Amino acid sequence: MTMSELVKHEPSTVFIRPSTGLAALNLRDVWAYRELVWFMVWRDVKVRYKQTLLGMLWAVIQPVLTMIVFTFLFGRVAKVPTDGIPYPIFSYTALLPWGLFVTALNQGSRSLVAHNNMITKIYFPRLILPLSSVLAGLVDFAIAFLVLIVLMIIYGTRPAWSMIWTLPLFLVLAILTALGVALWLSAFNVRYRDVNHALPFIGQIWFFLTPVAYSASVVSEQWRLIYSLNPMAGVVNGFRWGLLGAGTGPDTALWISIVISFVILVTGLFYFRSMERTFADTI
Amino acid sequence: MTTAIRVENLSKRYRIGLAPTKFRYGMLRDVFAGALRSPLARLRSAAGTTRRGNGGRPEDAAHIWALDDVSFDLEEGKVLGIVGRNGAGKSTLLKILSRVTEPTRGTVMVRGRVGSLLEVGTGFHPELTGRENIYMNGAILGMKRLEIERKFDEIVDFSEVAQFIDTPVKRYSSGMYLRLAFAVAAHLEPEILVVDEVLAVGDAEFQKKCLGKMGDVAQQGRTVLFVSHNMSAVLRLTQEAIMLERGHLARRGATQDVVDFYLSSGHARAGERSWQADEVPATSTPFRPNALRVLDRHGRVSDTVRSTEPMTLEFSYALLAPVTGLRVGMYLSTMRGEYVLTSFDTDAPEMFEKHGSRPAGAWVSRCLIPADTFNEGRYAVGVNASSFGVRRYFQDESALAFNVDISGAPGTQWPEPRQGPVRPRLHWDIQRIG
Repeated sequence: MTMSELVKHEPSTVFIRPSTGLAALNLRDVWAYRELVWFMVWRDVKVRYKQTLLGMLWAVIQPVLTMIVFTFLFGRVAKVPTDGIPYPIFSYTALLPWGLFVTALNQGSRSLVAHNNMITKIYFPRLILPLSSVLAGLVDFAIAFLVLIVLMIIYGTRPAWSMIWTLPLFLVLAILTALGVALWLSAFNVRYRDVNHALPFIGQIWFFLTPVAYSASVVSEQWRLIYSLNPMAGVVNGFRWGLLGAGTGPDTALWISIVISFVILVTGLFYFRSMERTFADTI
Repeated sequence: MTTAIRVENLSKRYRIGLAPTKFRYGMLRDVFAGALRSPLARLRSAAGTTRRGNGGRPEDAAHIWALDDVSFDLEEGKVLGIVGRNGAGKSTLLKILSRVTEPTRGTVMVRGRVGSLLEVGTGFHPELTGRENIYMNGAILGMKRLEIERKFDEIVDFSEVAQFIDTPVKRYSSGMYLRLAFAVAAHLEPEILVVDEVLAVGDAEFQKKCLGKMGDVAQQGRTVLFVSHNMSAVLRLTQEAIMLERGHLARRGATQDVVDFYLSSGHARAGERSWQADEVPATSTPFRPNALRVLDRHGRVSDTVRSTEPMTLEFSYALLAPVTGLRVGMYLSTMRGEYVLTSFDTDAPEMFEKHGSRPAGAWVSRCLIPADTFNEGRYAVGVNASSFGVRRYFQDESALAFNVDISGAPGTQWPEPRQGPVRPRLHWDIQRIG
């Protein structure tokens, strides 16, 4: 046995003691369990449409039907201005990141409570639960994205080529925002199940505060900065701008969104970590 | 020898009503209601008027110490048995060791990966196939993908479900499900293995395999912590044991010594065992054990019964809500932990018909044991209340012990010990045939 093998086989020593103050984030532990993240995502995706008639088609049906309803209500009846883009594409482009966000928010916030049997029985970094539920939404997003390409071909919309780098960037922003909020809500949910009841409501209010059905340009100048405190406004505007070239592109409002999103994420991480020690006892 | 586990002054405090209940989480409105109610209580605790025992530590009555200042070391490669009554702190200790929950005070040093069989099948998803669940469960237990692949065939072999490996586990029988779950956990190969009560599951054949696997693990020089109410298994598998009692380390020593101490302790009043509210896990609700008594022929509570006379085991309990399918039963075992018999009050079909569903209230189940049943010695009585296949409400495998006096029993004219726990009066026929 060589020296390096000896070192590798030396079992590591773990000290278990009460943690005090602001718990260290200990992200290395999450990294060590990265395979579990992958397995959880895979399981979520695999199980989500089990024993359904339409299976993965649901990932397409949901945003498409919403788009059709919106096109009728907001496009035809209310005639919402769309910066000259056909309304179906205009709304669908926003429904993609919004769908990803709201699914991640719902699944992520419920993830700890939903897996309480795991939490009370074995050790693993708890962060993996909200993280993998948030990531699982990406598969649905990818499927729904294919429909967008079809729509763009039908309407002859020319994509903005900057999407090659803007799309991943805004996608990451959407995920980080959802993760940040999910960290807060999932940890809070362990203690107070009020979260379960509040979630549909939160989703609805948030939806109206985000320019999905309408264009951000209808928000008057004086409210613009306050409006951009909602990080999802930045994400949705970014998607429209990146994919369709609509709107103004990156501006102060976007930076505000990004900063807010990071604040939620970082505070969420610390809050989650400090609550983590009591999860098994209170869930 | 290197130390595998070092536990120092370990304490864990739970809030009463937080730890053991099923619905532990609060609602915001409780917090608001509490804020309105509690100013007085807070003032009082600030003034230090709500002190309680526990080494003079300031204490409010709303907390209990599930573990209180427990210290012990365990060398690498040793198998340690952990015994104690329900609520003694065994599960809390294991939960801390496997890092599920944090201690309130004290430290634990653990060398190597801790594999826990606290509850097998964690993370199993009914919609996934056996194969998929092996990967999933392995990952949750901390195995690497390559490691799972390497051991896959072995796991499938061990579980005996090879032909259903690509079937969703929701179609499995509960036995198959448990076997598969245990197989994954058993192949984790951690440096330290924690086993709790898993041996209560599965059929006898499979239990034997599980015990064998545990033996292998110990043989390979790995450290095992074994928690069980089955004293014969503890005696067979461990040389050393500790006993926990109300959160304290009550005894540590050779297994036989600890098991003897355990089986004979706590029977404060001879022939009777009663349960205080804090000894009953809240998960037992709606079942509340009250008392278990050994009654002699005249109906007197007695520690010693005569083998030549009938005796009665009386178990009184309360049902806080109606229970369907309830069966209340007794296990009788020798002090060495070998079972003599198991019997339930609704074993007779007509009894099940009549008392299968019991409304809330105070109840008693009595079991008449005929004369000429036991041999000389001391016997432990365990009780169990469950709805078969649904839920086990309460179990205490060594609730009480009693002595059997054999004067007048068959064969006592010869002053020699007779082998075996039973001493029935048998009919012999003697004939000259040649």
